[in-house]
Amino acid sequence: MTRVKDFIKKNTMFLALIFVMILFQVLITSANKGSLFAPTNITNLINQNSYVLILATGMLLCILTGGNIDLSVGSVVALVGAIAGKLIVVMGMNVYLSIFICLLTGIAIGAIHGYMIAYIRIPPFIVTLAGMMLWRGVALLILDGLTISPFPDNYLFMFTSYLPLNPDGKGVILATTLIVGGILCLVYLAMEILNRTKKIRKGYDVNTAIAAYGKVGVICLAVLVLSYLLGKNKGIPFVLIIVLIIVAIYSYFTAKTVPGRTLYAIGGNEKAAKLSGINTNRSLFMAYTNMSFLAAVAALVCIARFNSAAPSAGTNYELDAIGACFIGGASAYGGTGTVGGAVVGAIFMGVLNNGMSILGIDANWQKVVKGLVLIIAVLVDVLNKRRAKSS
Amino acid sequence: MAEFILEMQNIIKEFPGVKALDDVNLQVEKGEIHALVGENGAGKSTLMNVLSGIYPYGTYQGNIFYSGEECKFKTIKDSEHKGIVIIHQELALVPYLSIAENIFLGNEQGSMFNIDWNTTHDKAKKYLDMVGLKEKTTTLIKDIGVGKQQLVEIAKALSKDVKLLILDEPTASLNENDSLKLLELLLKLREEKGITSIIISHKLNEISYVSDKITIIRDGSTIETLVKGVDDFSEPRIIKGMVGRELEDRFPKREKYIGDLSLEVKNWTVYHPVEPDRIVCNDISLNVHKGEIVGISGLMGAGRTEFAMSIFGKSYGGKTKGSITMNGKEIHIKNVKDAINNKIAYVTEDRKGNGLILENSIKINTTLTKMDKISHRGVIDTDKELQVAKEFKEKLNTKCPNVEINVGNLSGGNQQKVLLSKWIFADPEVLIMDEPTRGIDVGAKYEIYRIMNQLVAEGKSIIMISSELSEILGMCDRVYIMNEGRLVGEMDIADASQEAIMSRILQSSKEEKESAS
Repeated sequence: MTRVKDFIKKNTMFLALIFVMILFQVLITSANKGSLFAPTNITNLINQNSYVLILATGMLLCILTGGNIDLSVGSVVALVGAIAGKLIVVMGMNVYLSIFICLLTGIAIGAIHGYMIAYIRIPPFIVTLAGMMLWRGVALLILDGLTISPFPDNYLFMFTSYLPLNPDGKGVILATTLIVGGILCLVYLAMEILNRTKKIRKGYDVNTAIAAYGKVGVICLAVLVLSYLLGKNKGIPFVLIIVLIIVAIYSYFTAKTVPGRTLYAIGGNEKAAKLSGINTNRSLFMAYTNMSFLAAVAALVCIARFNSAAPSAGTNYELDAIGACFIGGASAYGGTGTVGGAVVGAIFMGVLNNGMSILGIDANWQKVVKGLVLIIAVLVDVLNKRRAKSS
Repeated sequence: MAEFILEMQNIIKEFPGVKALDDVNLQVEKGEIHALVGENGAGKSTLMNVLSGIYPYGTYQGNIFYSGEECKFKTIKDSEHKGIVIIHQELALVPYLSIAENIFLGNEQGSMFNIDWNTTHDKAKKYLDMVGLKEKTTTLIKDIGVGKQQLVEIAKALSKDVKLLILDEPTASLNENDSLKLLELLLKLREEKGITSIIISHKLNEISYVSDKITIIRDGSTIETLVKGVDDFSEPRIIKGMVGRELEDRFPKREKYIGDLSLEVKNWTVYHPVEPDRIVCNDISLNVHKGEIVGISGLMGAGRTEFAMSIFGKSYGGKTKGSITMNGKEIHIKNVKDAINNKIAYVTEDRKGNGLILENSIKINTTLTKMDKISHRGVIDTDKELQVAKEFKEKLNTKCPNVEINVGNLSGGNQQKVLLSKWIFADPEVLIMDEPTRGIDVGAKYEIYRIMNQLVAEGKSIIMISSELSEILGMCDRVYIMNEGRLVGEMDIADASQEAIMSRILQSSKEEKESAS
């Protein structure tokens, strides 16, 4: 009984996500408005939410350092988009060079934020609030209030095409996606088995076989279903590949590396981290530099999706990212949270948006629902912790 | 028989793992000044927190009678309502509000939506006159000194119609002159208003001057109450009551093998981090050998922690002067990482505040000081990490279901063991242990001592900062005595006794006073 309770507690948001998916599926089909899991809709969901996933990953690192957030994200997206538009469309610069410059711009902006936050010790809220206004203003200046479009095909290709390229017929698409999905599943299964045998050999505690392989089974099933649905449409979006790579890198970074660990230590107790010989300033600096870097990546994805660089691009993106992290179980005081959680939070928000849109729920009501979901998620988290403490 | 304004009977207060108060009895007569003395951690402050409702009724056992009726305070408001006001060591004033605003904070004059500022200032003036503070009521708290702030606290208490005033270390941060003023004020309030006071203090000379009765608390129990004019009120007599327990077998035996000099600090001077001219530690020279436990004894605020932290990678203080030598070679430590790499560890006195990450697992806390050891090119080997954490759990006998649970869920003693694990994992040669057994029970203390003995048997050196004299005497080979930022003595443990150390501290305070005047 306690194990079931433990499982529910650890995976609350994941279970909630599945619940919401099923709920919308039932609502949508019963309203005769198609299906949440329609292949075209799944592709849509991915395209619509790719930027949130990228930003939420970066935001999580900031939040880990002590519940600090970065408000400038949306403006940085607009600014980098504007620069990309100017370079690629107006000046006709080489696409790869332009992308490189854009990413560098992101890093530079992040470094400015990071320096002020980590070394001068201005509160992140203020630094990034200033950044939010400043970079939006610069973006507007660059664009002169106008939208730049369209982007050349060789740029769009990188972010908006699908695997397989140039398919001859529906069958090839489905076969490719299923093969890719299958390979991913096999690799995952093999890694799990290797890991497990190593642990058993060394005599460490392991989960029961049912729990371990059950988890593998569920994830593989999800991957295969997703592969199938994508195969029924246009194939695997390049954007999904980019997002997966980013999520994988940052999951690994936070869970398995020393600099990742220091982020948790700082958020958990900065004084203790300092007295343990950790360079807390450097970690803070890194978190914020990285955030703007990922904002630049998100900007590149966004301009490709809309095929334009607009002055209003990126509005409220920071809030989506912050919301995703908190819904995904990151602590508002820092020190706890995972990239996986932020991903679940982002998908949760995405499904909520998408589902309500399909149902034709009024945009104003959508906002109300999203706000309520965010506060309930954080409330549950805080209450859970309090209960754990008092017991 | 005189009328008791306050009677506390058989008070027992337990914290997880620790019995802070064990059958305390306190009787205070109306109109007297009653002193409460005891070593740090003896339970004085806990007792006063029980009385004032900070620990609400129900979280302790025993009865409290105040003016003849039983009290069941749920909050501080309840006790204040009855006229019991406690003034803590850390003053509860808001620096950017005026004196008058602070006096009536939470008790604003006029109505909820319309504060009557004229009355506020008029009344504040009246109370300031009462305590003899000549300041404008509009002056901001941050602009007056600690001594005057203390008076504002008392004025605030008077505004609440106080009958029983509790002062926790009121003169700890005051100079001689301000202290005297404050004591005179207590006497005056007793004469004129019949206000009863309970005063907690380490300054025994002040206590014997001002108080009518002295109750001594030791290890959470009341030992005796001395009455002025009946009992001996001299300092040696009070000290004897405070520390007079037997050492028994509370300290594990160890074979002593004292080796070469390991850490030597010479002429170490530390300046205050904010006020660059203020000296916190003055010209301190000390050393420790391999296999030796050296104690640093002194009262709270003697500068011991500041000294240790300033050595440990300048974790405290602004400018420092002096040299540090390790195994005969001078070393320069710029930050904590340097200190760790030079094999120095500082085990903090404040394990919750700056020692452990309570919301992280035992495993993560254990390896935090030296993640290089369990990682390869920045990638953590989680299996190895787990193994390390388990080893330390076994070695130090940490009581926990597994090493994945959060440190915040452990008892104080076990938290202390995790803190120690963390520093032993860093492979230090010299461990500076700041109050290593604060707030943990006798059993856990013994285990910590055992670990310390094990460490020195391996040839490591330990500098132990402790306010518990018995612990210093029971564990150390040598003891340094610090007072007011200076090293005022060094004794071989064979020559040291609790009385000798205490009187050295008191004597040096006296000398300081004389040289100042």
